[in-house]
Amino acid sequence: MGEIQSPSQTIGPLYGFALMFEGSHEAVPPDSPGAVRIEGLIVDGDGVPLSWPEGFIEVWEGDQWARARTDADGRYSVVVRKPEPLATPDGSVAAPHLNVTIFARGLLKQLLTRVYFPDETAANAADPILELVPQADRDLLIAKPEGDVLRFDIRLQGEDETPFFAF
Amino acid sequence: MAVAESLDFNPPYLHPAYEATVLRAPSKRLIEVPRGWFHHATGPVWGRVPIRPTDNDLTKQHAGRPVGQTITLSGRVLDSDGRAVPNTLIEIWQTNASGAYLDPADPGFMSLDPNFTGAGRTITDSEGRYHFRTIKPAAYPGDLGALFRPAHIHTSLFGTLLGSRLITQCYFEGDPLQDRDPILQSIPDPRGIERLLARFNSAETEVGDVDSALAYNWDIVLRGPAATPMETP
Repeated sequence: MGEIQSPSQTIGPLYGFALMFEGSHEAVPPDSPGAVRIEGLIVDGDGVPLSWPEGFIEVWEGDQWARARTDADGRYSVVVRKPEPLATPDGSVAAPHLNVTIFARGLLKQLLTRVYFPDETAANAADPILELVPQADRDLLIAKPEGDVLRFDIRLQGEDETPFFAF
Repeated sequence: MAVAESLDFNPPYLHPAYEATVLRAPSKRLIEVPRGWFHHATGPVWGRVPIRPTDNDLTKQHAGRPVGQTITLSGRVLDSDGRAVPNTLIEIWQTNASGAYLDPADPGFMSLDPNFTGAGRTITDSEGRYHFRTIKPAAYPGDLGALFRPAHIHTSLFGTLLGSRLITQCYFEGDPLQDRDPILQSIPDPRGIERLLARFNSAETEVGDVDSALAYNWDIVLRGPAATPMETP
């Protein structure tokens, strides 16, 4: 019998003055070797972007961590380094990926997903977590090249809903 | 064998009384991963968050004394297995004594206080203890079907695991606005609501001079490695 957990509550829309700081969206310097920018929209069930100040994401893996809020168009942008493949608890190998949590007004608890990389076709096909995602939805977790950046949109609800993980 | 009682009283994503959830709650089933994957996966590293030693005293961030009732808010951070969570970041943010946030997105109904920002940070000590000194936040008019949101302090914690990341709100015991607040009442069990109530502590209350402070205690319990939302038969 454990302790009762403190339940989650929404961030509300008025967090920016406290949680955001200079450079918080850059897990690595933009000019460092291997740095890649990941951008995307966060949209609701009607396809309406969660524009400033509605939400922010955190992205992390290993020693990397970034926190980025959406702008007036509902677009976030983070700078990360593509991680190496990782050994998993069952002895297989996870494709390079970053964990992504979404916080927003109207989210009583954060959502958890992952972003994978488009140039890792073979590794993605063998990734044990992607295998748990319905086949038709796996592409929704793989960022798409778009000019100099990788595009990763997050749809909270609906037809092309981003797969989210229970935790 | 008896099923272990769930001690996870997190709110559902969809809670129509809090209208903003209606178009933001996922409609598909969340993907369940084997126990051991996420519960033992490490959480984010917060070492880049700038923390100054004085960040836990929100009453001393400006030249003058902020308006309002000075309080202390202190307690321990534990995990759901009962272990202390040392050396973890706590970030807080709140209104001033009039109910205004110093945030550009604040609607501006209430007055700002030039001596109060309302943002603080600290790191738990080796026994998981934390301590803030601040101004008691105020209730403020909301657009959520309630007349006012009850006074609260937003609180963000990392813990060590992917599953321990928590953003919540600390409320104050005895506030009659809590019973009609759709955000607090989204928690499906009164024991969960109790967890978010800071308790007045008469013995710790500092009296006697201008720096007096009412003491409130609030322990925070993060998801521990043994906990799982899928612990069903």
